[in-house]
Amino acid sequence: MSDVPMLEMRGITKRFPGVLANYRVDFDVRSGEVHTLLGENGAGKSTLMKILYGLYQADEGEILLNGEPVEIHSPMDAIERNIGMIHQHFMLVETLTVAENVALGLPSDRGFRTDLDAVSERIEALAERYGLSIDPSAIVWQLAVGQRQRVEIIKALYREANLLILDEPTAVLTPQEVDQLFVTLRQMTADGRGLIFISHKLHEVLALSDRITVLRQGHITGKVPVEGATRESLAEMMVGRQVKLVPDKPPVEVGSAALEISGLRVVGDRGHETVRGLNLEVRAGEILGIAGVSGNGQREMAQAIAGLREVTGGSIRIGGVETTNLKPAEIRKHGLAYVTEGRLRDGAIADFSVSENIMLIDHADPRYLNRGLMDFRAIREHSQMLVDQYAVKTPNLETPAKNLSGGNIQKMILAREMSGTPTVLVASQPTRGVDIGAAEYIHSRLVQQRAEDTAILMISEDLDEVFALSDRIAVIYEGEIIGIVDPAAATREQVGLMMAGVRPEA
Amino acid sequence: MNEFFTQAILIATVASGIRLAVPLLLASLGETFGQRSGVLNLGVDGIMLLGAFGGYYTVLKTDSVWLGLLTGIGIGIILGLVSAVISVTLKAEQGISGIGIYLFGLGMSDLLFQKLVGTPRPVSSFPKLDIPGLSDIPILGEMLFQHSMIVYVAFGLVPVSMYIINRTTFGMNIRAVGENPEAADSLGVSVVRTRYLTVTIGGTLAGIAGAALAIDLGIFQQNLTNAQGFIAIALVYFGAWRPAGVMGGALLYGFVNSLVLQFKTLGIIPRSWSDIAAMAPAIITILALVLVARRFRQPAALTKPFTRGA
Ligand SMILES: Nc1ncnc2c1ncn2[C@@H]1O[C@H](COP(=O)(O)OP(=O)(O)O)[C@@H](O)[C@H]1O
Ligand SMILES: [Mg+2]
Repeated sequence: MSDVPMLEMRGITKRFPGVLANYRVDFDVRSGEVHTLLGENGAGKSTLMKILYGLYQADEGEILLNGEPVEIHSPMDAIERNIGMIHQHFMLVETLTVAENVALGLPSDRGFRTDLDAVSERIEALAERYGLSIDPSAIVWQLAVGQRQRVEIIKALYREANLLILDEPTAVLTPQEVDQLFVTLRQMTADGRGLIFISHKLHEVLALSDRITVLRQGHITGKVPVEGATRESLAEMMVGRQVKLVPDKPPVEVGSAALEISGLRVVGDRGHETVRGLNLEVRAGEILGIAGVSGNGQREMAQAIAGLREVTGGSIRIGGVETTNLKPAEIRKHGLAYVTEGRLRDGAIADFSVSENIMLIDHADPRYLNRGLMDFRAIREHSQMLVDQYAVKTPNLETPAKNLSGGNIQKMILAREMSGTPTVLVASQPTRGVDIGAAEYIHSRLVQQRAEDTAILMISEDLDEVFALSDRIAVIYEGEIIGIVDPAAATREQVGLMMAGVRPEA
Repeated sequence: MNEFFTQAILIATVASGIRLAVPLLLASLGETFGQRSGVLNLGVDGIMLLGAFGGYYTVLKTDSVWLGLLTGIGIGIILGLVSAVISVTLKAEQGISGIGIYLFGLGMSDLLFQKLVGTPRPVSSFPKLDIPGLSDIPILGEMLFQHSMIVYVAFGLVPVSMYIINRTTFGMNIRAVGENPEAADSLGVSVVRTRYLTVTIGGTLAGIAGAALAIDLGIFQQNLTNAQGFIAIALVYFGAWRPAGVMGGALLYGFVNSLVLQFKTLGIIPRSWSDIAAMAPAIITILALVLVARRFRQPAALTKPFTRGA
């Protein structure tokens, strides 16, 4: 490591209308290190990196590369200075091949004709060196997410990026793919490259980083070497107060099976059977966590339980009563509550007020009717009570749901769903895209509901969450439960392997 | 009835089908370039009409069909550039702005014709060019190789277009820009430049198509194209944005058209039906389009203007 950092950003300030996205941020990267940017959604991480990559211009501050001040006005400037960026949302042309995507924008050795054979050869050499196996002639739309990310990395390496920005690269990967990515990234630092890694998954940050800079609301709130950092200390810097990452779970006497699924078969959106003979039991007073790579049938399973998707085989019983293919409202009457994964798509109505959203399922309840008409006073009292109880931060009850933050929308939905003390609660991705603070609260609420003898089926792509909350972990793969493990005894690696389809030894 | 199936008539029908396909083929190849890069130009028919008048008028004055074609090219380039300014730089709604170009071309070509020519006067047509050797092949030679130069040029442009789109860096840029302009832009491919080029190519070929139509017929009249420019746009969908597919569509249209004409001449179709029969080519082509085009996905950025960072 030389004394002069390869990158230094000094006093970067960036304002958007009404938002201070970055305020006097200092950030530097040395050759051969991974410097992580950590922060909640909206903390300003992507903005800082887009400034570095020439997509935004800073209002104040300067950028130095190898000690020299530089101006970066466009992604082309950044590429010329050997800066590469893997965007949070991939920048690939789906109908082109891998080689074409890599060659795009570069001059061809053969003049105006493309020279894809030569490009493919270089791709294969890079792929070999960095463990990024890929077929250069594959068309991108045929590739899985993890492979697409490899194409993005190869694109940057092909342009001889020395400084590589990775904006939340692990968000879409399975644990195995994350491990593989980390091997690639370590090879890159060993070659003297500098990496900027962005994530909010604390265990990944601890596993990969050399140094960590924490942003909160555009300000730097911490800059620490990885040695001595803990998940708790990082979370505290992110949120600004102490956070409980693993909720206290008092022991609960587990009751009888409240949700029984046997031989369940469901057809997905594309007409293929995505749930294929699935068996599962969730008992009163337990949280059963479903781990799995998305697209393995968990969404369709949840929708089938809630009556939102037709069951084509098998049966579902709630509290001992057969509810297979009943109407959603009838299934609710049998004690089901459902927190959907698409908060503003099917969990809440964006343009409805907080109060209206809370009343969505209860509006026909006699308690809120007065001679057949809505009793607005009773409704207001009921929603105000829930808003207070679930700490939903909203200016008032009439605010449209779409103006709330993700975490507060989720708390509002939870308030609605849990208000009737359900027999069974199905919670899909309960804290996806939600701040740590709100996630902590939602977790504590789920634990509380468990103490009230609700059977909770929690579907989550976040393994930390699954491990922290579950009493049992069931792994779903290609529409079947391929194994159930005890979180106290199992490791992340074991669960990760099962998520990739490897059956546990019986 | 049997009369129709004589060899001479069969040959004439095929040969005339090929001829009738030419303006459509030229226009829809041009439109293919624009659409592959994400720009829908609905003004093709207007550009064709002005190209047709320009070509006709030049031949009328100079008696040179080549100067006539050149005029068509010039008009096509200018109107192609105008279309590019409107749809790429001004980011106008592409479903509407092209209709403006069409109406302009429809009105302007007729106005110029009334002012400058008045009564229709025929002009000389393309000379026939028999391909040595090939044109002597029995039957096939007469069908395929005894046409005018413009027919060979139009069909020759099919492999050329395929090559450009699939094998050159320019073609790769076109495909990228039509599919994901953000990604292309992030790698330094100029979305604006690429689209200006393709829309201008489209205009140029539409101008040539119009001139070829007028010179081939040797006349001009109001609305000479009879909406062929719109058929050409439909053919791009029918051909699934591929030059070979577009050629198939143009030939289908040409053959149906030539059959209907032949039926009419032979009295197989009664006079009173001739209006309905005139619609047959368009109807059959659109039916085929509905059946075939469904299977292909259009360029993802088609009709979407591009703004960096939006
Ligand atoms: N183009 C933009 N226009 C207006 N506000 C923006 C823009 N980009 C980001 N912001 C705002 O700036 C803040 C920081 O956003 P971002 O850098 O994307 O956060 P992070 O990547 O840490 O989640 C957020 O409040 C966001 O809404
Ligand atoms: Mg971000």
